Amino acid sequence: MEMTTRALWTLLHGMGFGALYLLACSAALVELWRRYAPGDMTPVRESDEKFLQSWLIAMTLVAWFAVLTGTYVIYPWYRAPPPLGTADLSAYPQRFLMSNDATRGWHSIGMEWKEHVAWIVPISITMSAAVFSKYRRNLKNKPELRNAVLCFVLLSFFAAGAAGFFGAMLSKHAPVDGGTTIRWMEGARP
Amino acid sequence: MNTRGPGAPQANVMDMPNGSGAAAILAAGIGCFLVAVLAIVADQWAGMKSAMNFYRPTGPLSGVTTTAVLIWLAVWLVLAYLWRKRNVALARICSVAVGLLVLSVLLTFPPIADLF
Repeated sequence: MEMTTRALWTLLHGMGFGALYLLACSAALVELWRRYAPGDMTPVRESDEKFLQSWLIAMTLVAWFAVLTGTYVIYPWYRAPPPLGTADLSAYPQRFLMSNDATRGWHSIGMEWKEHVAWIVPISITMSAAVFSKYRRNLKNKPELRNAVLCFVLLSFFAAGAAGFFGAMLSKHAPVDGGTTIRWMEGARP
Repeated sequence: MNTRGPGAPQANVMDMPNGSGAAAILAAGIGCFLVAVLAIVADQWAGMKSAMNFYRPTGPLSGVTTTAVLIWLAVWLVLAYLWRKRNVALARICSVAVGLLVLSVLLTFPPIADLF
C-alpha cells in the first residue's frame, strides 16, 4: 500500500478536515436548534454550554485548517502549469481537465466554485463560535441572534458540502498526485 | 440579572446588550460577501487580477481571500467597539447579514458570477 505525499495532503484536507467539519456541523446545528430554542424554559447546564463552546471552537480550527491547506498546499499543485511541450497532462490536473470538453466543467464550474465558496465556511463558523462564547444561554433571550447563527452554520454546512462534493469529483477525474512515495504496509502475496 | 426558578419566562438567562453579537454577525456577512465580490472583480479586471496575486503559486485566490479576511476582521473590530454597550436593531441587522451570506453563496457560483 503506497501513497504519495501530495495524495496524503489531499486526504488530510478532504477527509481529515473537510469531512470532519461536515460531521461536526450536523451536531452543532442540532444542539443550537434544540437547546437554545427561544421558548424552551429548561435551564442549560454549564457543562453542556462549555462542551458546545469547545465544539464550535474545534470546528473553527478544522475549517481554517481545511481552507488553508486547500488554498496554500494543494491548489498550487492543482493549478501548476506544465512545461512547454508536455504531452501527458495527467500530472497537471487543471490543464488536464481543461484539455477535454467532457471534463472542462469540473474545473470551470466545480473548482472555480469550490475555491471561493469554501472560504465562507471559516468566516461563518468563527463568527458563530464567537457569538456563542459571548452569549451562551442568553441566546434564548435573543432569538434573532440564535437564528442568524443557525443560518450561518447551516449555510457553512452547505458550502462545505459543495466544496467537498466537487473536491471528491475533481480527485476522481484528475487527482493531485506526486511527490515522495510513502509505503504504508505490504499486502499478502498470492 | 439571573432569573432562576419556576415561572421565569426564560430559565437562567440574563439581559445583555446585543451590540457585540450584531457586530460579529454583520461583519461575517460583509466578509463572506467580499469573498464573492472580490473574486468577480479579480476575474473581470486584469489589473485587479494582477493586484490580487499575493502568492504566485496560489494566484489571485490568495489576494481575494486575504483581503476579504482582513476587511472582515477590521469591520468586526470597529463595529464591536462601537456597539459594545448598545442594543441595536438586531432583526434588521441579522436579515442584512443573512442576505449578504446567501448572496455570497450565489455570487461565487460561476454561472452566476460570469453574468457580470
